[in-house]
Amino acid sequence: MSIDFSIVWQQLPQILSAFWNTIWIWIVATILAVLLGFVVAALRRYGPLWLNLLLRLYVEVIRGTPFLIQLFLLYFGGPFIGLSLEPIPAGLIGMTIYGSAYFSEIFRAGFAAIPPGHVEAAECVGLSRGQIVRRILVPEMAMLVLPQLVNMAIILMKETAILSIITVPELTLVVGAIGSQQYAFVEAMTMLALFYWALVEISGWLGRLAEKKLSKFRFAV
Amino acid sequence: MSTRLFELMLWAAGKTVLLSAISIAIGLAIGLLVCAAKLSPRKLLSIPATIYVSLFRGVPLLVQLLLIYNLLPVLGIMVPSDVAAIAGLSLCTAAYQAENLRGGFNSVPRGLIEAADMVGMSPWQQLRRIRAPIAFRLTLPALVNEMILILKASSLISVVGVIELTRMAQNLSASTFRPLLFYSVAGAIYLVICWLVAGGGSLAERLMRTGSSR
Repeated sequence: MSIDFSIVWQQLPQILSAFWNTIWIWIVATILAVLLGFVVAALRRYGPLWLNLLLRLYVEVIRGTPFLIQLFLLYFGGPFIGLSLEPIPAGLIGMTIYGSAYFSEIFRAGFAAIPPGHVEAAECVGLSRGQIVRRILVPEMAMLVLPQLVNMAIILMKETAILSIITVPELTLVVGAIGSQQYAFVEAMTMLALFYWALVEISGWLGRLAEKKLSKFRFAV
Repeated sequence: MSTRLFELMLWAAGKTVLLSAISIAIGLAIGLLVCAAKLSPRKLLSIPATIYVSLFRGVPLLVQLLLIYNLLPVLGIMVPSDVAAIAGLSLCTAAYQAENLRGGFNSVPRGLIEAADMVGMSPWQQLRRIRAPIAFRLTLPALVNEMILILKASSLISVVGVIELTRMAQNLSASTFRPLLFYSVAGAIYLVICWLVAGGGSLAERLMRTGSSR
């Protein structure tokens, strides 16, 4: 068998639309997961005890089971409880839930790492609870947790490949299908692997750049 | 769910554990080599090791598995799908374990190595008696973490046709038309296995800590 990469380039429009799907699903799911994760972490810290225990169970269950099983439950199990989803919404929801558990743990550690003195000082100068959250907790924590957030976002980037299993038309599914049709699966997959590699390296580089920019605002402990 | 079907799920869970354990062990061995190469002052060794780690950590495991599974026959290597799956998981986890080990070796306090130098230990003795034991203890939590990650990631080998827990749940829910039940049971089994591994890990850490304080 000869290795022929030119076949893949003939399908460029299809590949570009799949690329777009991968990117937007990744970005939207990551943003939603960060927001949900923050809410979970905040409720666990400042909410009542029963809610903390309930959310802890949520986080433990999501983190203790494979993403694929969660997707199967949502996509194939959902219709049995009246939740019929198309592949893309199912993928988005699944990825948001999955990511939120990991992000909430990052935020939990972030909350714990903020020096209590800063909050006490803010209380002393008469800041309201909302002001403390908005002006002290969130900015300080953003600085502390940024590296882990970037790291988790990159992990989610790679997890988007799993969405192909529930037939979300993203890169892995489309490139794999083209490869099979053209009897050039290995070539297609090699291109795909190199592509993901580049994407992950570029995201990591951008993340480190952002950290460097923001680290100017590091606060004293 | 009948007992018979539950037994099938448990058998498949055993296979998941077995394949993950083999992959972790092989991955640790490859990871040690890659880590040694990456820490080497020779560029001829360290650059390929760096590329290996970056490549296998930068490509989704699913893509790696699909590629290895389809590449082996093209290269004329005919192996059962179980072996291809173990190869894929091992190569991937090796990259992560190499990084963990590198972190461990880099965290060995310099003073200890200087002290070992002072009492006249050879480099090999230093490695065997000082650096390796300390690095291993420092790496243990990361190793346990990696075990849990691989246990969960092994669900992806269902895609290349290996019958393990996820694939069994898929097959049984297709034939009985009860996906909610079988995927929930599979999820619960994964959860229990992960908890057991995490519990065993913290027990091992505690044992090692008492060992070191003596």
